[in-house]
Amino acid sequence: MSNHAPAEADDQYMAVQATPEFQALRKKFRGFVFPMTAFFLAWYFLYVLLSIFASDFMNKALFGKITIGLVFGLLQFVTTFAITFIYARWANRDLDPAADAVGATLDGQREH
Amino acid sequence: MAGLTSLAAATTVGNPTLNISIFVIFVLVTLTVVIKVAGGKKTAEQYYTAGGAFSGRQNGIAIAGDYLSAASFLGIAGAIALQGMDGFLYSIGFLVAWLVALLLVAELMRNTGRFTMADVLAYRLKQRPIRIAVSVSVLCVSLFYLLAQMAGAGGLVSLLLGVSGEMAQNLVIAVVGVVMVTYVLIGGMKGTTWVQIIKAVLLITAAFVMTVWVLGKYGFSLSGLFDGAIETAKGSANAKTVAGADKLTHYGVKYGVTTTSKIDFISLALALVLGTAGLPHVLQRFYTVPTSKQARKSVEWAIWLIGGFYLLTLVIGFGAGALVGPDKISAAPGKANSAAPLLAYELGGSWMLGIVAGIAFATILAVVAGLTITASATFAHDLYKEVFKRGQSTQDQEVKVARYSAIAIGLVAIFGGMLAKSQNIAFLVALAFAVAASANLPTILYSLFWKGFNTKGALWSIYGGLISSIGLIIFSPVVSGKPAVATKLADGTSAMLSPSMFTNPDIDFHWFPLDNPGLISIPLAFFLGWLGSKLSKEHNAQKYAEMEVRSLTGHGVGPAVDH
Repeated sequence: MSNHAPAEADDQYMAVQATPEFQALRKKFRGFVFPMTAFFLAWYFLYVLLSIFASDFMNKALFGKITIGLVFGLLQFVTTFAITFIYARWANRDLDPAADAVGATLDGQREH
Repeated sequence: MAGLTSLAAATTVGNPTLNISIFVIFVLVTLTVVIKVAGGKKTAEQYYTAGGAFSGRQNGIAIAGDYLSAASFLGIAGAIALQGMDGFLYSIGFLVAWLVALLLVAELMRNTGRFTMADVLAYRLKQRPIRIAVSVSVLCVSLFYLLAQMAGAGGLVSLLLGVSGEMAQNLVIAVVGVVMVTYVLIGGMKGTTWVQIIKAVLLITAAFVMTVWVLGKYGFSLSGLFDGAIETAKGSANAKTVAGADKLTHYGVKYGVTTTSKIDFISLALALVLGTAGLPHVLQRFYTVPTSKQARKSVEWAIWLIGGFYLLTLVIGFGAGALVGPDKISAAPGKANSAAPLLAYELGGSWMLGIVAGIAFATILAVVAGLTITASATFAHDLYKEVFKRGQSTQDQEVKVARYSAIAIGLVAIFGGMLAKSQNIAFLVALAFAVAASANLPTILYSLFWKGFNTKGALWSIYGGLISSIGLIIFSPVVSGKPAVATKLADGTSAMLSPSMFTNPDIDFHWFPLDNPGLISIPLAFFLGWLGSKLSKEHNAQKYAEMEVRSLTGHGVGPAVDH
């Protein structure tokens, strides 16, 4: 990397990494994105598996030519939009202030 | 309106002069924009990432422009028109994949890298071997993607300009390649981004107009549109080959036939959902914004636009099935890829066709330009500067190398495009996704999230994913050995040809049963990354701390410091 920090700064990163504040930030981030990822992948593969192994079920008409499978497919769009919205709102409100707080301690230390 | 017979006789629809004029106007307008925003000599930062000066919204629109490739517009519409709901999987996979980028990759990448994907991967590992490995994989993925776009250009050209002759088609592919390289050389990332923004707006608008138009014809009833598509398919000459036309709105028409094809469907689904966040030209776009917050905003915008667009392609696909019909689509040069332009002609005549075709060309140009920037950045930054010159080259030298590489990549795209003309492009793109998901994504996720990851794991995962995915493609039915079917040739005669890349049915060296390698190669690459790391003791705790703290806090992200 071109913007190498000097050796003491590297140790500062290790010091920050060890703080409870940073550990909490990390936990907060992972605690949100990992379950969310597991959820959308499971939901997506449910759609994929149903459409190929339970196509009779998916091809049942609800009204006219609108099938269960089509609705299922459109629901994938709905959940994708919803997760995007929920994550962005959570990140803007909860994650960013916590991340900025940890970042500020680094900036503060560096100025010494 | 041209009937079926006149269309079969002539290989062109619409007015070639009009089509060319609209395309030329687009090129002139965008070229003017590119020259205006380009602003003279560039630093490496400006050339690769526009200095990180775009806003989240601008970048989000540009991402949509970069992502909604010819494959999305032409390929998916065609797949839905001919295969019905099985084609819908592409839309859903391509969209849901963005959640991987949103939740796991975009912000952390923005916080830890500056120029290329390799910046992040090499952060806490051994620079040289990692950069070489990543460069190889970036170039392979970009090449697959390039071929898909150029194949789209070829099919489109023959449809629109009435040039069925090999020479003339190749000439137009060459023109597309030259224009694209010009954009890249003059505009760098900034110019390319603006081309993508303009193109995204035009493409989404055109798709929206076509969707409303199609729905209007069926009293704004989706069910009515499906009825129409089924009626047309029933009257089609190859109704029996579509396995019962009334099943067009059903799942499993193409993939539900045998156990192998069912597994192939799962393999495709896996590659689609995990591929996006491993595409180098998509990742590169996260560096064109200043902060992780703006990177998040970019992906938000991209998801809204891309999702909205794919909903439109569902209607466009079925609209093409209903109003154009499978017979005309299959008979047209470019086959499935022609469904959307043919629908435009059916709706609004020569003018609408000209506009839609011009936009489709613009799409190809913009995507190819984005790929070229990324691949040339990899050449110049990762291979030339970091590997050959060990970080000791000037900005001028680096940018110069990037420009030469852009020209070289343009040449490869032109010749590759000439060879790949008749392949379905959604399908070729799916292969690029499989390679990206195998060779790039495991290493990206491991290096961002797993403390125990190290150089050996990364090399095993990258090379293992790359070799297994490409190797399995070579020995898959995509390349050789699909049973021959009667195919209409350009001169009007018919012959028994295999739909594989080797059209001669006697050439058959396939042993891997699936079209898409993802189901094997992606888990394998994840496994190799884990195994390699476990077998090596290397661990740089300091660098890991630095990377983790920076990735989550955005500390140290800012304008270039090495001048």
